[in-house]
Amino acid sequence: MRIVIVDDSGLRASVLEEGLREAGQDDIHVVPPRGAFVAQIERMAPDVVLMDLGSPSRDTLEEMLLVSRALARPIAMFVDQSDETMIGAAIDAGVSAYVVDGLRKERVKPIIELAVRRFNAFARMQAELDEARTALADRKTIDKAKAILMTGRGLSEPDAYALLRTTAMNQGRRIVEVAEALITASALLGGKP
Amino acid sequence: MTTIRAAFLPLTDSAVLIAAREKGFAAAEGIDLELVRTTSWATLRDRLVYGQVHTAHMLAPLAVAVTLGLSQQPAALAAPFKLNLNGNMLVMAADFAAALEPDLPRRLADPLAAAHDFAAAIGLHRRKPIIGVVHRFSSHALTLRYWLASAGIDPDRDVVLRVLPPSLMVEASRSGEIDGFIAGDPWPSAAIEQGLVEAVALGARIWQRGVEKVLAFRSQWMEENAETVDRLLVALTAAARWCDEPVNRPELAALLAEPRHVNQPAAIIERSLQGLVVPRQGAAPVETPDFLLFHREATAFPWRSQALWIYSQLVRWRQVAPSAKAEQAAAAVFRPDIYRRALGDSDVAMPGASMKLEGAVSNPIGVGTYRGALTLGPDRFFDGRVFDPEHVGDYLTGFEGTRQNIED
Repeated sequence: MRIVIVDDSGLRASVLEEGLREAGQDDIHVVPPRGAFVAQIERMAPDVVLMDLGSPSRDTLEEMLLVSRALARPIAMFVDQSDETMIGAAIDAGVSAYVVDGLRKERVKPIIELAVRRFNAFARMQAELDEARTALADRKTIDKAKAILMTGRGLSEPDAYALLRTTAMNQGRRIVEVAEALITASALLGGKP
Repeated sequence: MTTIRAAFLPLTDSAVLIAAREKGFAAAEGIDLELVRTTSWATLRDRLVYGQVHTAHMLAPLAVAVTLGLSQQPAALAAPFKLNLNGNMLVMAADFAAALEPDLPRRLADPLAAAHDFAAAIGLHRRKPIIGVVHRFSSHALTLRYWLASAGIDPDRDVVLRVLPPSLMVEASRSGEIDGFIAGDPWPSAAIEQGLVEAVALGARIWQRGVEKVLAFRSQWMEENAETVDRLLVALTAAARWCDEPVNRPELAALLAEPRHVNQPAAIIERSLQGLVVPRQGAAPVETPDFLLFHREATAFPWRSQALWIYSQLVRWRQVAPSAKAEQAAAAVFRPDIYRRALGDSDVAMPGASMKLEGAVSNPIGVGTYRGALTLGPDRFFDGRVFDPEHVGDYLTGFEGTRQNIED
């Protein structure tokens, strides 16, 4: 079975490709949705096309599927139109699938389910990465504010942190917001940013 | 509060939905309107058809096509409210446009002459021009085909129509992947602003009151949630009225410009809200007061005749086989009955009829209403034809000879 993955994110495409290979698929092609990508897909004559639901290029792909003379059989979205749970899961995960009409459902369903799981895993990974980045940036900001308090008011590091924390609690703000305000104020007053 | 999720595409004509949320018109009706930004019509359609959203800012021809089973999973859709009229523009790269009328206001004022110039330009071009269209089932594609055919150009043979989402048109123009495109603002104006293309024809001059985006529901959901739908229509009517007020344009433009909405410069958006079309980078704006309508002249009223006009064009371009059943199903997508039910107690002017001749009004004219005064603006097609919804077949016969039967 020939599977084409249309994806802008090289990382997500490889996460998906890897999963499909582990599941025993070996005819997999990754095509970024740029330039003449539909002509490329048409030449490949895939049985299944997997694409990010959020990709703006879906309209371009669908138009090709509609007018193509090379792809003999029409291609339909989602495997089993009656399976509402699966359709919901696919849309939530951001997976859209085009499948050659007539391909047996039992053969395609595991592929879509795998794509849904991998897309979800990828989204989780991204979210965790973003979170970690924010946490790191927050810590840097707080460290800078602590340094200002330590030099400016001669406080020890634990006292500087305690002061930031108490101020944040009193004002109902996050510590990092208080730290940012302090850094800005200090810069305005001529301190080193 | 009732939560309603609505999918939209980043376009200036998503204004009514955005204003309904951001200016509190939805909240005033007890509706928490959640907006879901979407980047392709296919995904917007799927979200609606599979129930991930309750309603959507949809191309009117796409709502008809989904109902007729022409675009993936068939589903009965209903459009009780139109979100705007007009707002489209055909733009082409300068090397192609060089063969057209150089006086830009004159070019835009006479689309029939521009179409004939366009036919000549095709002959001079190094290859078939590639024109970007946003979707097969869009008003843009249908009016472009109509306009091209008026000058004897076969849109399936003499040009290449390439489907691209509106937000990718500017980039595709820059890379030379397309020679021009027809889309809703702000995208054509943004491409002009960057010096990539110039205006060739305006939607508002091809069909002076062209049907464009509708508020689409799944019919079943709409019937089962009548009370909620009615409140939403009241909220959108207030929002549309606010959007049409000239004094609100700067605020509306700033709202639309935000990254979570259209994400394009407010200055470009505000210009088209004002009806000022800059046809070429640095050129003087051409005043087009009816470039985009939200509320006045009962814009939101879903005339069944407009759904039938869409059907006539789908038949004309062989995208659907003509049948009484399909004709009926297409007409039934537009739901003036729901509009009347929802807004019966409000102060909006309510047309007495549900169908009208399309393209018959040359000068503003008062029409029969149940309540309030209603003046319809000129709604002519550029070639002067009139669409009589009672005689779709005759209307189509009138086009014969303007399109070659390439398959015969």
